[in-house]
Formats: sequence, structure tokens, C-alpha cells
Amino acid sequence: MALLKRLAEGDRPAVNFTLDGQPASALLGDTVLTAVLTCSEHLRGSDFSAEPRAGFCLMGACQDCWVRLGDGRRVRACSTLLETDHHITREPGRSL
Amino acid sequence: MKPVVIIGAGPAGIRAAQTLVAQGVRPVLLDEAARGGGQIYRRQPANFKRSAVKLYGFEARKAKALHQTLDTLREQLDYRPDTLVWNAEADALDTLHEGRAARIEFSRVIVATGATDRILPVQGWTLPGVYSLGAAQIALKFQGCAIGERVVFAGSGPLLYLVAYQYAKAGAKVVAVLDSSPFSAQVRALPGLLSQPATLAKGIYYRSWLSAHGIPVHQGATLQRIDGEQRVRSLNWSDAKGEHQLACDAVAFAHGLRSETQLADLLGCEFAWNPLNRAWLPQRDRAGRSSVAEVYLAGDGAGIMGADAAEMAGERAALAVLEDNGHPIAPQRCVQLEQSLTRINTFRKGLEQAFIFPEHWAANTADEVMICRCEEVRAGDIRQVVREGHWEINRVKAHCRAGMGRCQGRMCGAATAEIIAGESQRAVSQIGRLRAQAPVKPLPFGLEVES
Repeated sequence: MALLKRLAEGDRPAVNFTLDGQPASALLGDTVLTAVLTCSEHLRGSDFSAEPRAGFCLMGACQDCWVRLGDGRRVRACSTLLETDHHITREPGRSL
Repeated sequence: MKPVVIIGAGPAGIRAAQTLVAQGVRPVLLDEAARGGGQIYRRQPANFKRSAVKLYGFEARKAKALHQTLDTLREQLDYRPDTLVWNAEADALDTLHEGRAARIEFSRVIVATGATDRILPVQGWTLPGVYSLGAAQIALKFQGCAIGERVVFAGSGPLLYLVAYQYAKAGAKVVAVLDSSPFSAQVRALPGLLSQPATLAKGIYYRSWLSAHGIPVHQGATLQRIDGEQRVRSLNWSDAKGEHQLACDAVAFAHGLRSETQLADLLGCEFAWNPLNRAWLPQRDRAGRSSVAEVYLAGDGAGIMGADAAEMAGERAALAVLEDNGHPIAPQRCVQLEQSLTRINTFRKGLEQAFIFPEHWAANTADEVMICRCEEVRAGDIRQVVREGHWEINRVKAHCRAGMGRCQGRMCGAATAEIIAGESQRAVSQIGRLRAQAPVKPLPFGLEVES
């Protein structure tokens, strides 16, 4: 299930990527956050209870949307544009 | 020659840059975003097609003018988008651009760092589907998305009605608007609000439009809790009539805005308690000069006054820079800007009355409510530290880690201060100020340093 709902700008080329190893598709101009949350419901697990998080501020302030890319980089999903063949992995988080 | 540097390419930063360029100065304009405009006039990605009117409504003309100014100036500026300023010292800034660190020395710096939402947490606010009001607006404006299928807007401030209106207008299902301010407060605020009749009229328009389209708007309505397992399923809210439940899958909430002051702090600016903003703010004179000779402040980053004021303050601060550098400037323009800013401040006072701060928030917040979402510190954990005898916010942070996580207190700082003040029975102005730390945002390991 998707968390975000597309309302406009649907007429854009598709961009393929993988999410936790599974093939997925989003649109050119999507942020990593939009790409992930239009095909699933969270971005990461929290650091102390592994509860699901899906970002909060969308403007690079809350730091609650970090995901990992295939090249090892960790990026803020809200301020990173999706690129073809991004391999996005969501960190499960940890509980005490 | 060290350059004049502007931090932030929003309304304040762009107008500051324009003012400097007009006098033959070539400033460095640093912006964390890929495209200038700030949050309020944030631009959609280049391949999106919606018109400015679709994106910015009544503010389309202002947004376009600002974007055009930046586009026209590009060659006359050292414009560096996608550039984070993560540290600031007496005469230099440390930046990060595409994974590479660099240091920029400045002769003078205009700090126009903007604002983020002011958050007063409720039970369940970390669930997927809960976003700040600003985030809800960015999802729509920047990505053409709604934060869910059935959205409730809650809290207070001008953004509450604006974003609810923008969502409904874009075809989203707006379940309800829950305004924590009572109607009586808004009536009392009218004299102040009448100082900017056009802005007041827009606010009334959004509100009336929502009602006319059958969207329930409740005043004196407090968001009590948000429930769900993996995502939002429902929320509870209360008013004088009792507690109510609403089914929804997304919630956007905030109580106004808070200034991004970390860089001003690292630059050594003196701060003072500002009752109107209910926050510590870097001190500035009417022109935007801070307590540090080379540092100037403009826009919402130095106190919330909105985008129109930010444009004026950006220009005024740049004129101060020019004046202090010995350029001849037009004194009548300075007076004009300062008078306009004073008028907007009267309006701002009216807004604060209309969207009154919920003073009872801390007292009504249960121990189990998560305050710091980075470090997962609950209200009860903070209160426990206060009961152990600590009341200064940096000491409390040291003991329970509230405000010590990745966001550095951007999301929880205001709320943590309220909880400490409530538990220690001090005024919120009497518990100290959360200090900024470099790097102001997380940096990747293995940073390459540019020579």
C-alpha cells in the first residue's frame, strides 16, 4: 500500500529502481521519498524501537528519512532526486 | 578580497543578492536547495508542468518575480545551490556540496536561513502518515502528492487554513480542519490584523472556501492523539463539547513556525528572548545588523514575519552591508523598508493573538508522549530529569538526550523547553537556550576536502 497519493503531474517518464531488492517504479522528478512512499508505507525503522518512520518535515530538517543507496551512501530521501537504477534499502532500525 | 556571502536563497536571500548586485557587488549565494525560492516559493522539479497560479495561488506573481530575479542575476552572482553550510566561525563558513567539503571566507555574511514548523507533539505523531503542515505543503507543491487519501489538518497558524485549502483545491479529501485557537481569539485579533487588510482577506477567503465546500472547520479544537499500527488509522480530538474520533490516514499539524538560528548562534550573535515568537532569537537592529560586526540577519531565520517581510528585510540588510562598506545608499529607501516592516510586525502581533499559543500544552501532555523523535525521549523522561533538580535545557539534554539527536532539536526543542518550564515551574524564558552545535546537520563519513 502507498502512503502518499499522487494528485498531479502524473504524465512523466517512469524510472525503475529497486526497493530492498525488489523491482519498483516511480516517475522522473520524484524524490527518493516520493518514490518509496508511493509504493510502500515507510522509509526506515527508528533507532531505539524499530518502529516505522516515513519522514516528517520534507525540508531536510528532521533527519527522519535517511535511506541507503546501492553505492553505500546514506541520503536524506526528501532532498534526493530518484535516479534510474537506484538500489534503495531501508534500514530496519533497532530496538533496545 | 573576501566576498560578501548570503546564506539561503529564499525571499530574503534573493532580494539581498539583487540589492548587492545593483551596486556592483558580486556576492556568494549559498543555498541548500537545488532551486532557489526558499520553502514558501519552492520550485517544482524542472520537468513538472503546473502553472505558478496552480502552485502558489494568490502569491503566484510574487513567486514568479522572485524566481525571475534569481534567474536573471545568475551570471552576476557566485550562486551555489545544493550547498549546505554546516559550520560557521568568525570569518569563514564550512560547506558541503555533492559530498565535498569546502571552506569559504567572508568579509560580511547575511544569514537568511528561514524557518521550519513549530511542533507540539501528540501521542502517535511518529506514525507514518503524520507530517508537519509545511511538509504537507511541500509534498503537494514540490511533488504533486497528498500525504494520504483522507487528511486531517490540525494545530494553528496561517499555514493551517492555507494548506487545507490547497489540498482540497487540488482534489485531496480533507476530512477536517482542527484549529486549536478559539474563535474569540480571532475576533480579538482583528484590530492588529486589519493593518494588512489584503493578507487578512486571503485568510478569511481560505477559511470561507473550506466551509463553503462542506469541509468541517472546528475552532478551539485540540488534537489529542493519533492512532494506528504501521500507519495512521484515526485520531481523537476534543473541544468544549467533549472528545471526538475521526477516521483518517494522514495528519498534518504544527503551531506556527520557528526560526532556524543555528548558524547565527555559531557566528557568535547575541540572542534575546522574544515573547512574540516565544523563542530565543539573534538580536538585530532595524536594518538587520546583528551584535557581530560582520554578521547581518534577514527573513524568518531571525524571527517569523513571513515572506513579504523577508523580501524587505533582505533588501534592508544588503543596504546595511553596502552602507558599512562605504557605498552611497538611498536613505529614503531604508526608511521606507523599515516602516513597511513595522506595519507587518503589527500584523504579526495580530496573528499571534488569532493563533494563540496553547499555553496548556505542556500540562496536558502525558508522560508517555514522545517528545524527541530522534532519540525517542518521552515527556516523562524529561520530567524525571527535572525532578532530579535540573532545569537548564542544555543540562536536561545532557541527562536524557532530548534534542541531542540528528535533528539537533529542530523538531523537539520548542516542546522540550515547554515541558521543562512546566515541570520546573519556571517561565519558558527562564530555562536557557538550546545551544547550536557544528555540524548543524549530519555529514557523511569520508568527506573529501577541496583544496
